Amino acid sequence: MTVGDIRLMKGNEALAEAAIRAGCQAYFGYPITPQSEILEYLTDEGRKRGMIVLQAESEVASINMVYGAGGVGARAMTSSSGPGFSLMQEGISYIAAAEVPCILVNVSRGGPGLGTIQPSQGDYFQAVKGGGHGDYNLVVLAPSSVQEMADFVFDAFDLADKYRTPVLILADGALGQMMEKVEYHDYIPADHIPPKPWATTGKPKDRAPNVITSLHMQAEQMEEANLKLQEKFRTIATHEVRYELVEAEDAEYLIVAFGLAARIAHRAVELARAEGRKVGLLRPITLWPYPSDVLRALAARLRGVLVVEMNAGQMVEDVRLAVEGRAPVHFTGRMGGVIPSPDEVVTALNRMAANSVKHPVEAN
Amino acid sequence: MAQEPVQEPTAGELEAMECVYERPDTLTDARFHYCPGCGHSVVHRVLMEVLDELQIAENTIGVAPVGCSVFAYHYMNIDMQEAAHGRASAVATAIKRLLPDRYVFSYQGDGDLAAIGTAETIHTCNRGENILMLFINNGIYGMTGGQMAPTSLLGMKTSTSPEGRTVETAGFPLKIADMIALLPGVAYVTRQSVHTPNAVRQLKKAITKSFQYQKERKGTCFVEVVSNCPSGWKMTAVQSNKWLVDNMFSLYPPGDLRAPK
Amino acid sequence: MAKGKVKFDIETCKGCELCIEACPQGSLQLSPKINAQGYHYAVLIQDNCTGCTNCALVCPDAVITVYRETKKKEKVPVARITNVTENITVTIADERE
Repeated sequence: MTVGDIRLMKGNEALAEAAIRAGCQAYFGYPITPQSEILEYLTDEGRKRGMIVLQAESEVASINMVYGAGGVGARAMTSSSGPGFSLMQEGISYIAAAEVPCILVNVSRGGPGLGTIQPSQGDYFQAVKGGGHGDYNLVVLAPSSVQEMADFVFDAFDLADKYRTPVLILADGALGQMMEKVEYHDYIPADHIPPKPWATTGKPKDRAPNVITSLHMQAEQMEEANLKLQEKFRTIATHEVRYELVEAEDAEYLIVAFGLAARIAHRAVELARAEGRKVGLLRPITLWPYPSDVLRALAARLRGVLVVEMNAGQMVEDVRLAVEGRAPVHFTGRMGGVIPSPDEVVTALNRMAANSVKHPVEAN
Repeated sequence: MAQEPVQEPTAGELEAMECVYERPDTLTDARFHYCPGCGHSVVHRVLMEVLDELQIAENTIGVAPVGCSVFAYHYMNIDMQEAAHGRASAVATAIKRLLPDRYVFSYQGDGDLAAIGTAETIHTCNRGENILMLFINNGIYGMTGGQMAPTSLLGMKTSTSPEGRTVETAGFPLKIADMIALLPGVAYVTRQSVHTPNAVRQLKKAITKSFQYQKERKGTCFVEVVSNCPSGWKMTAVQSNKWLVDNMFSLYPPGDLRAPK
Repeated sequence: MAKGKVKFDIETCKGCELCIEACPQGSLQLSPKINAQGYHYAVLIQDNCTGCTNCALVCPDAVITVYRETKKKEKVPVARITNVTENITVTIADERE
């Protein structure tokens, strides 16, 4: 393996740099803490390297600009945080329905409402359970390091173009602000971008007009369009599940966590193992499609599953669905931007192990 | 009526004649769903005539709105995108920025452009995006059944102003073209109509100029078409055009509000 | 013969009457018959069309095709004068049809 370009970078900037290298042609965004650095980095570096970067008047305008850009076949992107993401939901629904490829980035902060600028994982439901109206899914990637903030951008663009669908990178404010080593590898966008004969680039005489739309007035046509979308999502679910398993082979207990919480949980696994506890970690990387199959298979031999999140308990529902009663599922979490410590997680783990009641769910 | 219609001309008779008007090529064969006499239909037709005459249809991308003209792409034989309500100018901005050598237009009604889309409208114009914004102003929301629009006249009866629009409840009619004309990035703001043959000729000139200015990168071209809505106004088409002249024109008079020197 | 001719795509006409309003000769009216959509369609009732295209310009549904006599005609002399030096012969041109 050749040594790539190694840098010490802030998560937001690493992600932005990755976008440039992934051949992103257009970025439209609006400032919001904790992710404004993405807009700023691209305004500076991105434009120097040929990107169209525009600070739009709002997140509403941003997402609709992404729709327009993706519709002409460009690799297009926007980023925001919770409140801005809420504004984008209509546009995201349109993008998913019209099958416009693009990538979205949510550097989550504490909510609900105006909330705080501190990190949280409170947008899980919004990301994986719809967010916008109608039947659709976003492919959701959850990085847990600055390296992954960069790597997942390449993956996201490739997935978006492969399936003609929006892909969301769900990060949080800590990942966006922290600085870590990141290594960039060679990536030639032209090798990855497929032909886009459906794009609206001006209709020559020899083809029918291309129309980017999500409107189907006849019920049967609307159903047909939905069936086609659902078929696509099934295909994605079959082929694109990603996760990481840590010390799960002999585990009696499993911690399930994503993003920043997974790093903390990883440390908790180390601490617990040192105390003799046989515990492992499942880190979903795709939050949609969720690694339900591997979790279901593991659950059969587990004495307990502990879900660690920085919210009031969101992914825990998907864990419970996957586990299907085979093992008790517990939850521990902090909100408001408070980051749980590995010790807190170990404490919760020990409490779960000591607790003989089936299916309790407790917040810390 | 007792008179028999004049016979259709024979092919022989037409041999010695030139065709001085026919349906534009770039208009598809789909039958318009618009109400009889609706200004939308005329504007669609004129827009397609201009694309044909300038021979730019292959290089034109349009953005359709939510509103009566949500199906504009059924009638225009060009690449088009359907925008979310109010967002057509944001969508058009992105298309133009990515494909600067194409002709890009957005086509919006009064709700799309002057209510829900006001921010996008103002900022697109403020940035001076090199697009044509076509604004069909008939002072009412046709598609959703005749509700009040920001541009509805005072006293106008609509389904959400059944006793007539009042200032106390709804404020004054919004003269958005006048606001837009103040923005330096805007090259051309004009108010037109399609209620008479001459008005149609003027609109065609305005649209033609707009595409010329777009080619010259002069800035945003904003063409408002003060139009009728026979169904929403509860009149015949002929009556609605008279009402338009007597009422709409007092607040929205035709003419150029801003033009390149 | 009238200078202009019009053809109506009567199945597309919606009977909005805007062309009737626009015709300077008042030569258009709605037919008592209806098309398949149920609209009374516009028809020419006097053969005095000038081909001005006013009707087509206001027609929302692009129903009307307009033709006009070709403007370019040969210059026809009214009379030809020959044999100027001897016996002047004046030949009056034939009546144009």
